Amino acid sequence: MDRKTNWPLSIFLLIISAPILIMYFWLFIDSISEINIESIWPEKFTLRNWRFLTEDIPGHGSVWTATFNTTIFTASTVAIVVALSSTAGYALSRLKFPFRAQFLGVVLLLHSFPSITLIISIFLMLQLVGLFDTLIGVILVKSALELPFGIWIMKGFYDTVPWEIEMAGLQDGASRFQVWYKLILPQIMPGIAALAIFSFMAGWSEFVLPLILAPSSEARLLSVYLAGLMIDDYLSDFGLFKAVGLFYVVPVMIFYLFTQDKLMNIYGGGTKG
Amino acid sequence: MEIRLEKFSKSFGPVKVIEDLDLNIGDCEMIALLGPSGCGKTTTLYAICGLHRVSSGRIWFGDRDVTHLAPQKKNVGVVFQSFALYPHFNIYENIAFPLRIRKESAADIERKVREIAQTLHMEELLERRPGQLSGGQQQRVALARALVRRPDVLLMDEPLANLDAGLRLEMRSEIRRIQQESGCTSILVTHDQVEAMSMCDRIALMNEGKIQQIGTPDEMYHQPRNKFVASFIGNPPISFADGVIEDNRFVAEGLSFKLPDKILGSSMAAGQKITVGIRPEYVHPDFNTTIEGEITFVESQGREILYDLTLTSGLVFRSIQSGKRRGELGDKIRWGIDDGSVLFFDEHGDRV
Repeated sequence: MDRKTNWPLSIFLLIISAPILIMYFWLFIDSISEINIESIWPEKFTLRNWRFLTEDIPGHGSVWTATFNTTIFTASTVAIVVALSSTAGYALSRLKFPFRAQFLGVVLLLHSFPSITLIISIFLMLQLVGLFDTLIGVILVKSALELPFGIWIMKGFYDTVPWEIEMAGLQDGASRFQVWYKLILPQIMPGIAALAIFSFMAGWSEFVLPLILAPSSEARLLSVYLAGLMIDDYLSDFGLFKAVGLFYVVPVMIFYLFTQDKLMNIYGGGTKG
Repeated sequence: MEIRLEKFSKSFGPVKVIEDLDLNIGDCEMIALLGPSGCGKTTTLYAICGLHRVSSGRIWFGDRDVTHLAPQKKNVGVVFQSFALYPHFNIYENIAFPLRIRKESAADIERKVREIAQTLHMEELLERRPGQLSGGQQQRVALARALVRRPDVLLMDEPLANLDAGLRLEMRSEIRRIQQESGCTSILVTHDQVEAMSMCDRIALMNEGKIQQIGTPDEMYHQPRNKFVASFIGNPPISFADGVIEDNRFVAEGLSFKLPDKILGSSMAAGQKITVGIRPEYVHPDFNTTIEGEITFVESQGREILYDLTLTSGLVFRSIQSGKRRGELGDKIRWGIDDGSVLFFDEHGDRV
């Protein structure tokens, strides 16, 4: 690929992404200034909006608990989705078992379901098994909803690995598991990486599920914490809200900056393996 | 290691691909499974190495029954058509993989890999990755990986199909040399008769899941058992002419000659339909049994010239001759065939 910068194209892209960039810029400015509705440019800069880093916000608890919960939630979701997708994808790509085609169809169908339509039944199920308002409950639900997508992506990556490599591995004396682990898995690493990044983003930004399924302060995630600040009638502090918002979005932006080239793999359909 | 296939059959669901195939391969022998695509040669190969389950029949390595043995438990080296190198390992690790799986000591692995790399003239490639290698080099790596564990049997599935023409010629003799040096019983699957003839001790020609004939390359060429073998072996291919027996002579429109005694002595009777096969080198201006027709195709291959001679009856005879050009396209000519070298086939296509 030609790596030289295409200036006209870059400028064009800059112009159409300007609204988003300006909003981020304003988010940053607002988070370090006292908001004055009458003027666009702030008159006074302050770090008061960032006080949530060192003290609890009354009625909302510590931001660090929410951050810790979000980290656990995201990491667990990534771990579950990657582990199950990489094994299920292999089975669906390579093994012959009854109802394989039907299974694939159902998985795809599940993927097309908007999760919000399932929320009531999920709520009831969690209540029934006693996992309502726990972090584990939301983690399981989120992972389950991410899985269909992950399985399909991984199956696609496995499909690009030639059969003959697998046969050669068996012939060289490796067991089926060794073939998968030592020969096939390393070749779909770009896929695994892309899926991990994708589910990280999905987990970090998840809002509806934790809002409904884990509303209490012990199990609260950052997104819910943030929403709580906004709808609190006694605390109409938009500077604080914007600072927490920035705090919430920064990890994703940094993460995205370092991993965007890997994430592109998922949209390439894994054809490059 | 001798290999024996007894009444080997393989079906995929209701489709019978191979039925009651018998094949004996001697120790240190290199045999070709030759045939058109879809004839079941690769299926047979995969069954021998254990990748395909055997539907019925037995496979023996020496006096060991390996019919239902998993591939890991047979000491078989396989070279796949696409070479199937492991792209994430360097060449050293590719070759070492079978030894690592067996948990051999690091020193042994090092020694064996270096040794095989030397035999195959590829020591300088060991640090590279498969993607950086040319087709011929990848081929050598695949061969090295198959041979490094000192296999009882070496199986090659169209090993030359992915190479360009010049390299193919070079690897042909190279593979043969390595096979003879290692003394490894080998099976080569190919659809290319030239490969089979030039590399192997014997050829098993297959068609539609059955072995048509097994023999040395010379036997296959000069004593084909049936029309299929005669037409498959030989390039440019043999020409056929249908006719009948009349007065101890073969008679077709535009071609007639006295049948040799061995044919007359056999069960062929007057009036019976018979097909003759004439290889292109036996059609020449100097031969005595004349045929008259028109040259409808000329192609110079340098040392030799290839002609198609079309008789007025529509029969076409191919001729290949060395030396100067004997005619041009459209020329009416009167050439001959060597009736002593003609092959005869009965109505069922079997050779008489």
